[in-house]
Amino acid sequence: MSGMHRNRLKRLSFQRICQVAFAVLINGYVVGFQKGKIYTGKSKALCVPVLNCYSCPGALGACPIGSLQTVLGARGHHIPFYVLGMLMLVGILIGRAACGLLCPFGLVQDLLHKIPVPKIKVPLKIDKPARYLKYGILLVTVLLLPLFAADKTGIAPPYFCKYICPAGTLEGGIPLLLANETLRRAAGALFTWKLLVLLVIVFASVCIHRPFCRYLCPLGAFYALFQRFSFYQLRLDKEKCVDCKQCERSCPMAVEVTRNINSPECIRCGKCKAVCPVGAISSGKVGRES
Amino acid sequence: MKNKRRVISFGILALSLVLIGIGVGNGEHLEVLQKAVMVCLECIGIG
Repeated sequence: MSGMHRNRLKRLSFQRICQVAFAVLINGYVVGFQKGKIYTGKSKALCVPVLNCYSCPGALGACPIGSLQTVLGARGHHIPFYVLGMLMLVGILIGRAACGLLCPFGLVQDLLHKIPVPKIKVPLKIDKPARYLKYGILLVTVLLLPLFAADKTGIAPPYFCKYICPAGTLEGGIPLLLANETLRRAAGALFTWKLLVLLVIVFASVCIHRPFCRYLCPLGAFYALFQRFSFYQLRLDKEKCVDCKQCERSCPMAVEVTRNINSPECIRCGKCKAVCPVGAISSGKVGRES
Repeated sequence: MKNKRRVISFGILALSLVLIGIGVGNGEHLEVLQKAVMVCLECIGIG
């Protein structure tokens, strides 16, 4: 086995190990899946750094996007200092590495994309503007609607979770409905809609790499704002670079690695680093070589 | 330029810790806990 190939396998398995380990770590309440109930311990006061529904039977922590909407949409609409602080902390430490290395829904999309069917390369003129959609979703459904569109009780529903979030359907809705007869009987048009959204994203993920992360995820959009300043960065040594573009061809997020290696779209999965034949790409804390 | 970026990074880091501190002081983590320990019917598509 060549050194490069061995290095590639090592990096890919490192990403997969991180993803699986983190998914298990934050969804470790196995009994919940059997009983169709959710965990109610105190660790749920802590926001996890990824999109992981707190109504997943195994979830041990809180979803930051759900929490953000809950606090913003509560009576009185106060500033969600705690949740914003948690999100900013993750953003400034690792940026979108949370998407590439930790997110369970990212792992689901990665695995779906391994299904051997012809892949679609989204044309640049559609892809580039469509990537701004996630910022719109963050602004409108996560921040503005919970603030200004409360119901009669004075409480706003979590609009993103209610109408868009496919992670909630996959991790919370399906397992709970399978195990809980009462919830199954209560499912109606909204569940059908959410299932449809999930199915569209599942089928899109088979052909396009991480479509939800690219175009829709408000959490990825939030972390992207901190990408340029985060302590964990990727670096490209332009003197070593032979401009072979292997990094760009391997990038699941279609980032122009040689032009902007710390692009807000980069999820820091490390695939570019793994395939570089001359070791021109490194990663680590700002100001240090790894 | 690098120094400026570093100052911004440490500034955001400090701000995030301050925000978490204020939030915990206000009991926001308990608000999050209260929501997270109940099945979120909207999240799972019940309504």
